[in-house]
Amino acid sequence: MSAARDTWSKPPFIANPVLRWTVYLGAIAYFGWVGLTMPIDWNRVAEGIVRAGRIFGGAFPPSFERSQLLMDGFLESLKISVLATAGGVLLSIPIAFMSARNVAPLPIFYLGRAIIIIARSFHPVIVAILFVKAVGFGPFAGVLTLIVYSIGFVAKMLAERIEEIDFGQVEAMRAAGAPYLSTLVYAIFPQIMPRQIGLTIYQLDSNLRASAVVGIVGAGGIGATLANAFGRYDYDFALAITIVIVGAILLSEAVSGAIRKRIQ
Amino acid sequence: MLKITDLVKRYGSGDPVLKNLDLTIEGESVVSIIGSSGAGKSTLLRCINRLVEPTSGSINLNGTELTSLRGKNLRAARRKIGMVFQSFNLVDRLTVMENVQSGRLGYISTWAAVTRRYPKKDIRRAFELMERVGIAHYANTRADQLSGGERQRVGVVRALMQDPDILLADEPTASLDPKTSEQIMGLLRDLAGELKLPVVINIHNVTEAKEYTDRIVGMRYGRIIFDDKPAQLDQAAMDEIYAGSPHADRTDDMAAAS
Amino acid sequence: MTSIAEQFGRDDWVRFTPKQKFTRWAILLGCGLAIAWALTSIEVVWAWVWGAPEQISDLFGRMYPPDPSNLGTILRVLWDTVNIATFATAFAVLFSLPVAYIAAQNTTPNQVTLWLGRLILVTSRSVNTIIWALLFVAIFGPGVVAGIVAIMFRSIGFIGKLLGEAIEEIDTRPVEALEATGASRFKVIVYAIVPQVMPTFWAVAILRWDINLRESTVLGLVGAGGIGIILQGAIDTFNWPEVATILIAIIVLVIIGEVISAFLRRRIL
Repeated sequence: MSAARDTWSKPPFIANPVLRWTVYLGAIAYFGWVGLTMPIDWNRVAEGIVRAGRIFGGAFPPSFERSQLLMDGFLESLKISVLATAGGVLLSIPIAFMSARNVAPLPIFYLGRAIIIIARSFHPVIVAILFVKAVGFGPFAGVLTLIVYSIGFVAKMLAERIEEIDFGQVEAMRAAGAPYLSTLVYAIFPQIMPRQIGLTIYQLDSNLRASAVVGIVGAGGIGATLANAFGRYDYDFALAITIVIVGAILLSEAVSGAIRKRIQ
Repeated sequence: MLKITDLVKRYGSGDPVLKNLDLTIEGESVVSIIGSSGAGKSTLLRCINRLVEPTSGSINLNGTELTSLRGKNLRAARRKIGMVFQSFNLVDRLTVMENVQSGRLGYISTWAAVTRRYPKKDIRRAFELMERVGIAHYANTRADQLSGGERQRVGVVRALMQDPDILLADEPTASLDPKTSEQIMGLLRDLAGELKLPVVINIHNVTEAKEYTDRIVGMRYGRIIFDDKPAQLDQAAMDEIYAGSPHADRTDDMAAAS
Repeated sequence: MTSIAEQFGRDDWVRFTPKQKFTRWAILLGCGLAIAWALTSIEVVWAWVWGAPEQISDLFGRMYPPDPSNLGTILRVLWDTVNIATFATAFAVLFSLPVAYIAAQNTTPNQVTLWLGRLILVTSRSVNTIIWALLFVAIFGPGVVAGIVAIMFRSIGFIGKLLGEAIEEIDTRPVEALEATGASRFKVIVYAIVPQVMPTFWAVAILRWDINLRESTVLGLVGAGGIGIILQGAIDTFNWPEVATILIAIIVLVIIGEVISAFLRRRIL
């Protein structure tokens, strides 16, 4: 025991020393270099403190004077999310079947996956801008945007559920001589229904959140009201709108959480 | 010397778990505490290092009254009380060496703890102890890679690194298979002799208690009803320790009170 | 209930009891009414709706073929976008640590800090990145600073919430063991709590980086830096072929981001 060592150091996280130092130096170089070369106008940023004071000074107390406008904007957001959820979920079902490897033939599978990837890659705000240009300002562009947004999420999750289904039930139906549609209704729908309902409620909640922002680029709803208030420096009204948005989101999150818990 | 006087522990407003308990542990003896589940063995041990707050009574270790300590003084007192746990209570994602050195946390600086730059003498001590229990080659292994017996050895070394005045072991072998369990008991007995350290072991296995310890304390529902050499633990005493239920015991109390 | 003989003597069978049926129909009716209400009261020019498929295909028609002549600028700005996401994630991770610590029930010093932590998390999470960006563009002026701060503000809530939950779910036994050695509160945190939440910490940071990459592509639309600025510019000047190039670049960026985060997750966890 006299030979007991008296030094010890923790084994490094990355065992290979070359790779380890490459990663460390790379990270330092990246943050250092990018941090220094970022196009930042520091004088303008420094003014921010004063401006922040002015903005917050103008925002308090929040003004609910134009509550009619606020209410209209909020109801429009709600309508947009309801319609987009209904449309998005309906469209998601066939797309999910297309993108499920175990039920769709290969070319259709790729097509389905491509639709989902495109729908997921674009932030709803980008989609909204394009739709605003194509179909004009207003809630219709918002509905189209959120339909795309819903497809990206619902179809993806649903496709994953379809890929996990128990195929024995489908075989049993086919063995009984059931036609295609009956097989679908009896063997596949019951297996995906609980997930589908849960996803729908979840998506209604996320659409409500998203509808608040697509309006900022002109796609209707409370976001448009907010962007206008900001544009006219009505910070007290903007704060009131934000409070309503946050309240609505918290409420809808609580409700949708409670419903999903009850279903499962 | 550990001297417990008139110790009472009550959870909430219910019946006390420890009822006016007295116990003295002197010298370098290995003491085992036996008794059925719910007898208060674990609570007793945890009252000693104040993981559980005693309701009333006194616990005195080598002249320090433990029950009234707060903050820094409590931490200083805890440093001198090693504890070994039933489920090892290691930090799974740290290496064996870090787990072992965590026994020194009460001594070393915060900077040394965060950067893992342990004092040389602590590292030497750790290797000596790990060598002694046969886990030195695992120093750089993550704790969750080890078997149960090896994990408990890490637990024992961690407690010994504290350079304790007394070692408490709460069911140290209950999660282990019989063979490993005997090895750990043997190790605790041998280390107690080598380090001149009093050891208090809560244990379910009466055979092991008889074989590896110098003194057996039998508890039943918060009271000590047996305290003697292992040889004196006969069938009658065993029956008394493991008989009855909390309910029957309580009824007896009421009968005695009226 | 009915006897077995009666049940088997029946020649009709229904899936649901009348009460179940009623509930199901009521829910369906409720959904239908909500949709009908939305459809009839929404302020939409229906002529535009019927014309929409034509308009949309016309728009996509004008995007083809994509025009790569400005690709150099697009890639450079795309790089800025990546930097915004990365820096914002790094800052958010740093700032979310103390927030998670005070928002977790088992580590928070007292009730006041617990509620303060929760208030920060809820505020941060409920306000969308774009809305944060509107505010910070007004404060800091257009540019990457507003973008970084906006994404950071939104990410603190996300990372802090998940991290706080991870802290609440740790195994408390090692904590007890280290308290028994006489270690101070801070050392117990470093040795018993930090190692246990490390996997969640990395997983959440990587996940949020992936999300932030997507979010940072739209910041420019409200003036907060990144690819969104030139996207907005191309759209405003009706330069549809360039819009197509930008959109393709964004898709590629997002896919590369997903590949990198999947790779990191595999390596680290």
